[in-house]
Amino acid sequence: MKSCWEIHRLVSEGQDRKFGFGERLAVRMHLLMCSACRRFERQMKLMRQALRRFPGE
Amino acid sequence: MTDPDVQQSLQRIRPTLLRFAMLQLRNEAAAEDVVQETLLAALEGKSAFSGRSQFKTWAVSILRNKIVDYLRRTSREGILPLLDEQGDEDFDALFDGSGHWQEVPGDWGDPAVVLEQRGLYDVLELCMKALPENLARVFTMREILGFETDEICKELKMSSSNCWVVLYRARMRLRECLQLRWFDAR
Repeated sequence: MKSCWEIHRLVSEGQDRKFGFGERLAVRMHLLMCSACRRFERQMKLMRQALRRFPGE
Repeated sequence: MTDPDVQQSLQRIRPTLLRFAMLQLRNEAAAEDVVQETLLAALEGKSAFSGRSQFKTWAVSILRNKIVDYLRRTSREGILPLLDEQGDEDFDALFDGSGHWQEVPGDWGDPAVVLEQRGLYDVLELCMKALPENLARVFTMREILGFETDEICKELKMSSSNCWVVLYRARMRLRECLQLRWFDAR
């Protein structure tokens, strides 16, 4: 199983490229079981949404 | 809208446009130029603005395109500074020897609520300004201007893996800054 270190890198990369089947599965499995990495993933999503809305309003 | 209305609205949002452009170009003369071009294009194209969207949103979308054009031009001229080879040690320190988080990432709350908080965008701007230029250029192309990653790599003549690493580093820095300046500060 991949470590949190590997997963957090992949969560970032997942915002920039398409995963293969194996990678997608590994990330999803890990996120199901790891609340710390889920939080990290939510942070990354929130940053993306905020930047899309920038400059705000 | 009548002409004077459009002109007034443009003058009102000019500072916002300038800030937006400065953040991405980090060059005052270049930012002034793209904003000027945007104001002209907005005046010329005012009939295209039918009030469907907010006036500011419309002007920002024109500005985005002007910034994209500018970046395309200058990246071809090779003005972009080369990426440093500095490692990721700073971020590796967030993990222990077996790759677990040293400290669990913070709970940033409900995005629907957070994204509506006005001050967030000022802090976001501050944190974006704090990014080193080489990271910021790639990151804003990706996240604010919405380029596809392949496109960025091609424009900037970087390998894909280099692109991903740069985007990763930018995200990690931005995350750290937002945690400190926004989420911890509230």
